[in-house]
Amino acid sequence: MKEYLEGIWVSISTIAIGMGVTLRHLFMPSVTQQYLADENPEARWKSQIVPEGFLNERSRMRLHVKIEDCIGCKQCEKVCPVDCIYITTEKREKDEAPIFASDGTAIKQRVVQFDIDMSLCCYCQLCVYPCPTVCILMTPEFEFAETSKENFLYRFAKEKPLQPPAEKRPHEPAAAGA
Amino acid sequence: MAMKRPALEAKISNFLSPLVIAGAGGFLVVIALLPKIAEMIRTQLQSALSPTWASVVNIALGVGATVFLVAQLPIFLIWFERKVAAHVQDRLGPMRVGWHGVLQSFADGIKLLFKEDIIPEGADRPLFRIAPVLVIMGAFAAFAVVPWGHGLIISDLNIGLLYIVAITSLGAIGILMAGWASNNKYSLYGGMRSAAQLVAYEIPTALVILVVVIQVGSLSLQDVIASQSDGLWGENRWLLTRMYGLNLIAFVIFFICGLAETNRNPFDIPEAESELVAGFHTEYSGMRFAFFFLAEYGAMWLVAGVAAILFLGGWVGPYFSGPLVFFLKTLILVFVQMWLRWTLPRLRVDQLLALCWKYLIPITLAVLVTVAGLSVPPG
Repeated sequence: MKEYLEGIWVSISTIAIGMGVTLRHLFMPSVTQQYLADENPEARWKSQIVPEGFLNERSRMRLHVKIEDCIGCKQCEKVCPVDCIYITTEKREKDEAPIFASDGTAIKQRVVQFDIDMSLCCYCQLCVYPCPTVCILMTPEFEFAETSKENFLYRFAKEKPLQPPAEKRPHEPAAAGA
Repeated sequence: MAMKRPALEAKISNFLSPLVIAGAGGFLVVIALLPKIAEMIRTQLQSALSPTWASVVNIALGVGATVFLVAQLPIFLIWFERKVAAHVQDRLGPMRVGWHGVLQSFADGIKLLFKEDIIPEGADRPLFRIAPVLVIMGAFAAFAVVPWGHGLIISDLNIGLLYIVAITSLGAIGILMAGWASNNKYSLYGGMRSAAQLVAYEIPTALVILVVVIQVGSLSLQDVIASQSDGLWGENRWLLTRMYGLNLIAFVIFFICGLAETNRNPFDIPEAESELVAGFHTEYSGMRFAFFFLAEYGAMWLVAGVAAILFLGGWVGPYFSGPLVFFLKTLILVFVQMWLRWTLPRLRVDQLLALCWKYLIPITLAVLVTVAGLSVPPG
């Protein structure tokens, strides 16, 4: 009988303790950080404002390549664990005017293809560290949903190849769609 | 140029949220003025129609108003429950659709309307179709005897409490039917568990109702309220504080049984989502699923309302009386149900039945006998 009554008392008192905890939490401020622009969705869509402090300092988002600085060393392509970077280079001819990256490194290769497939990218940031000219970077841009898979193939190369390439370049758009 | 979709959505929700909030406010005003409105309609009808037709139209209007009211409540309650759940867990809950997500239930309702209504292969089609109707009927039909105010009752049955106990059991048949007809093991388990649970918990519920009936001497809900007409203090105060705390025990037991009868946590083993996917309504989709949802929230409101009537004086308030008082009392009890749901873990089947047979029924019997002894008039 004593056990029976004790059991009832224990269950009632522990339920009361639990309800106290939940009631306290009911009136606590929430920890949720809302997805951007609770205030004004229109402004966000017009100007892509990211509020101060919204992103973590070390957040890893969309890749960007400052192609003017790229020396075509292909280190990022080699280090990429998911093979989503495709680079094709040509040797610059001796008689061409010498060009330099912004840190003074001479650019000896013509980068004719620098494609990144962001649908494959795993956002590990490993490609950023080996880059000798700091030209491949993670940007704070994170809203880049697309309606077609091909649109995820970001093409950064600006220069056209002088000769048509002897062999098919890796990861042509047709292959990306397949 | 076409507006971008988020901008358009923002425009629509900015336009609709004040409307909905104003609608909720208007709802409360209408509830507060319900006795006057009903009285006006009654006198108008009596002057315009023959007595028979007047009462027929009056009852039809009452039924329409009650069904409308009870069907609208889940829209609010679902939003409210999601908000309570979220804040208990330090989240925010629905925030996107309208002001603090007040339009969320409307959006979900529209979505459910457009969903495909799937009947699984090998299902017992007629039973599968009838089950949600039965469940919702059991929950809604009970409101016929729930009084909202003086004279605001569809039918003041002299066996009102018996009617409620009987008609809410219809839901159990519906749930069992849904579980069987779905041709799905999880649904069947859910239905079986629900039947076992309801059969067990009917007994303490009926016994606790008897505790009240002994003190009041009537099964009519209006009589129950009339016997508590003094409010918080006085000879005929609310039953909760009478009988040296015995009624408090009875109230707690009734509340626990109410949770079990509506399959709410911690007694939600018929739809235990971590064990049975969704229990008896696993295979349901679209509006049929929405029916189960409506029935659940209607039943929640019903047990909270009956608890308020039996122990807290129904529409009799300490300072003023009327439907608004009943509404607020019920809302507070519904809030406690939600609060408990997000506090307690689910019981096991054996714990559930042990609680019923080893604790609730003996305690209720003891309370019943003591109250019966104390209620005997001296001499």
